[in-house]
Amino acid sequence: MIEHIFTVKRNEALNHKTCLMILEAPSEAPSDLIRRPGQFVNLEVEGHFLRRPISVCDWSEGTLTLLYDVVGEGTAAMRRWRPGHKVNLLAPLGNGFNVEKSGAKPLLIGGGIGIAPLYWLAKQLVKSGVKPTVVLGFNSSADKSWEEEFRAVTEETYVATAAGDYGVKGFVTDVEAVKNASDYTYYYACGPMPMLKALGLNVAIPGELSLDERMACGFGACMCCSLTTKDGAKRICKDGPVFTTEELIWK
Amino acid sequence: MKEKDLKVSLAGVTLQNPVVPASGCFGFGYGMAEYYDIDCLGSISFKGTTRDPRFGNPLPRVAECPAGMINSVGLQNPGIDAVIAEELPKMREMFHQPIIANISGFSIDEYVECCSKIDAEEQVAIIELNVSCPNVHGGGMSFGTQCESVAEVTKAVKAVTSKPLFVKLSPNVTDIASIALAAEEAGADGICLINTLLGMRIDTRTRRPIIANVMGGFSGPAVFPVAVRMVYQVAKACSVPVMGCGGVSSAKDVIEMMMAGATAVQVGAANLRDPYACKKIVEALPEEMERLGIDSLSEIIGVVK
Repeated sequence: MIEHIFTVKRNEALNHKTCLMILEAPSEAPSDLIRRPGQFVNLEVEGHFLRRPISVCDWSEGTLTLLYDVVGEGTAAMRRWRPGHKVNLLAPLGNGFNVEKSGAKPLLIGGGIGIAPLYWLAKQLVKSGVKPTVVLGFNSSADKSWEEEFRAVTEETYVATAAGDYGVKGFVTDVEAVKNASDYTYYYACGPMPMLKALGLNVAIPGELSLDERMACGFGACMCCSLTTKDGAKRICKDGPVFTTEELIWK
Repeated sequence: MKEKDLKVSLAGVTLQNPVVPASGCFGFGYGMAEYYDIDCLGSISFKGTTRDPRFGNPLPRVAECPAGMINSVGLQNPGIDAVIAEELPKMREMFHQPIIANISGFSIDEYVECCSKIDAEEQVAIIELNVSCPNVHGGGMSFGTQCESVAEVTKAVKAVTSKPLFVKLSPNVTDIASIALAAEEAGADGICLINTLLGMRIDTRTRRPIIANVMGGFSGPAVFPVAVRMVYQVAKACSVPVMGCGGVSSAKDVIEMMMAGATAVQVGAANLRDPYACKKIVEALPEEMERLGIDSLSEIIGVVK
């Protein structure tokens, strides 16, 4: 069963567009419902035909944490949900990151709302005795979120802003850790496609990238989010959203 | 509650119930079998298949609409040979009801070649000739919008197949009944309708179409009244059975479409919002029948005069 009724516990703005939502799983949901960081859930929003796919930011013992940007009418409707609101959501969806491939010194790179799935990943890496380095990129300090939470997991957290009003001026690729990525064992990234492409073309070490695309179903039925990989056509929602650097083709 | 009879007979093929996931919304079924036992379905119309493998259209392929969606997948499929060699065996493992093979193409030769190949597959009970895909150029819908070309492709395929042949029609025409009649007169054993309505959305911030291919096929609950109307018109005009399709999302919708003249009912976009949509509809049918005083579904087909 992937259809569940969750209950909103908290839903609040972190800045002018990014919001935090914490939901509680129904009692019958297994505690390992979400198996890997990088998996996502697909939320039904009343008045909207398609669900809204959102990455899991954190999961523990039936508590689901999501970060989402209000970008359109569907996410604006989600923003209006109050504690106690019941949400029909599909979970778990997608493949998720391979935590066990990290090696001793992994690099985590997130851009914009793409930082969300890296949080639980960072926590899991630390739990397994690995110390990750985290690089977060935002357009400006006004868009920044979740930095303190990452810093609480690993002191090795660096921020870049394109506007240059906080941290390193520029993109994640302007941060020393990313420039010297070959000092690391493996990398994990999630963010806008131009960021992922820049990493895919410039970072020499192997890694995994989580892709974001307009989806219809989110569970592999409709072929609306197909991607051509070196192994042929893949569905971002079902075969991904996480793909290895060896699978992806950058043109 | 009296036992309800959900069985329907479709051009000689008996389905345990009239609920059929529509082509393109259910893959080849086995993926959906991860979520529930798909043997509860009447049949499955599998993903539109062409002669050659196709990746389909560029992304984005989907745009949301009030009570529906536009898609422009563009017939992504692995090609008829891979479907027969790889997809059908996986489908057979999980699904033991009659299968509907949805075949599309870009030339009459291609339709003929694919249909004659699929005709040899035992579990395929019905061939559904897709002459109505709005998302490809020079094929699909271009065959389905004129009486002459519908008749020509139907006749050519009928000559090489032995299984019941349903022609899936496009709603993007001026006179649906005349097109359906042309298919029937050319030998079609049934008509399936409607495929999606040609639609378009624009991102008002970027001033560009949301769908990369500009236009796409509009489906979902919003199109249900159009589908009911067209099923009604075609069922009145033709003597062959009709498979109704378009915006169906509940047991009540299934019954309404059957009253309009459908013998079986396909469920498309509803599966994409709710992976359990078809299962829920099958389970809800007996209670809905009880509410409406129906003992056997086959007795309501086309009751609306």
